[in-house]
Amino acid sequence: MTQTQTHDEATPLAEAPPRSKRIAIVASKGTLDGAYPPMILASTAVSLGWEAGIYFTFYGLDILHAERFEKLKVASLANPAGPIQLPNLLGAIPGATAAATKVMRKWMRDARMPSIPEFIDMTQDLGVRFFACATTMGVMGVEESDLIPGADIAGAAAFLDYAADADVSLFV
Amino acid sequence: MTTQHTTDTEVETIELDCTGLLCPLPVYKAALALGRLQPGERLRLITTDPGALQDVPAMARQRRDTLVSVDSTAGHQTFVIEKGPEQ
Repeated sequence: MTQTQTHDEATPLAEAPPRSKRIAIVASKGTLDGAYPPMILASTAVSLGWEAGIYFTFYGLDILHAERFEKLKVASLANPAGPIQLPNLLGAIPGATAAATKVMRKWMRDARMPSIPEFIDMTQDLGVRFFACATTMGVMGVEESDLIPGADIAGAAAFLDYAADADVSLFV
Repeated sequence: MTTQHTTDTEVETIELDCTGLLCPLPVYKAALALGRLQPGERLRLITTDPGALQDVPAMARQRRDTLVSVDSTAGHQTFVIEKGPEQ
């Protein structure tokens, strides 16, 4: 790169407007219960006047998957704090995951909490930035057309570039 | 959302009823309502989420709005928030 950038002398740095705070979140879980925390934190952050970005990686990419994001599930196996508390031997039987998922959906509905698709709409409307992990897409065979519109396909460098200017960074 | 315009205190105040809602909805809805106000106008926010006693002051601090008053009685919290200067 041969161009050099110079500061415009008419706008000295001292008068630059204060930068918004920023949160950078990695969403790595593709379960219904795992999808709520990043959505709650991002919607809250923008409500506080912050910038917010979420990097959806590995199973977390399902939260952006146009066909799967309405069907996220709660594990009944190896989830001792889950909505239905079963020994692992019983948690493995067919229908147990569906039952746990049904209970959590009812909890959320009864508490008037938004669904995950509703949270996606709320956060996108407020300008939360979505990054879809390019490596996850390649490894798991997910195409751009499989994702909801508005996500930036990006790798770790792009997310770290965003997160380098964050005041809060979380891996959930 | 219940909107009620009052001029009791000579300050334009709108009311937002968030009873029965849990985090993040009271803060989310309050921020949307504050976004529609002019600096110096006020929002009266009513909640039942016990977390709101911590959340609403934190929101006001982060947004640089002013928490004018807090009243907590019988499981209901009433906050009056004055919108701060535009960022």
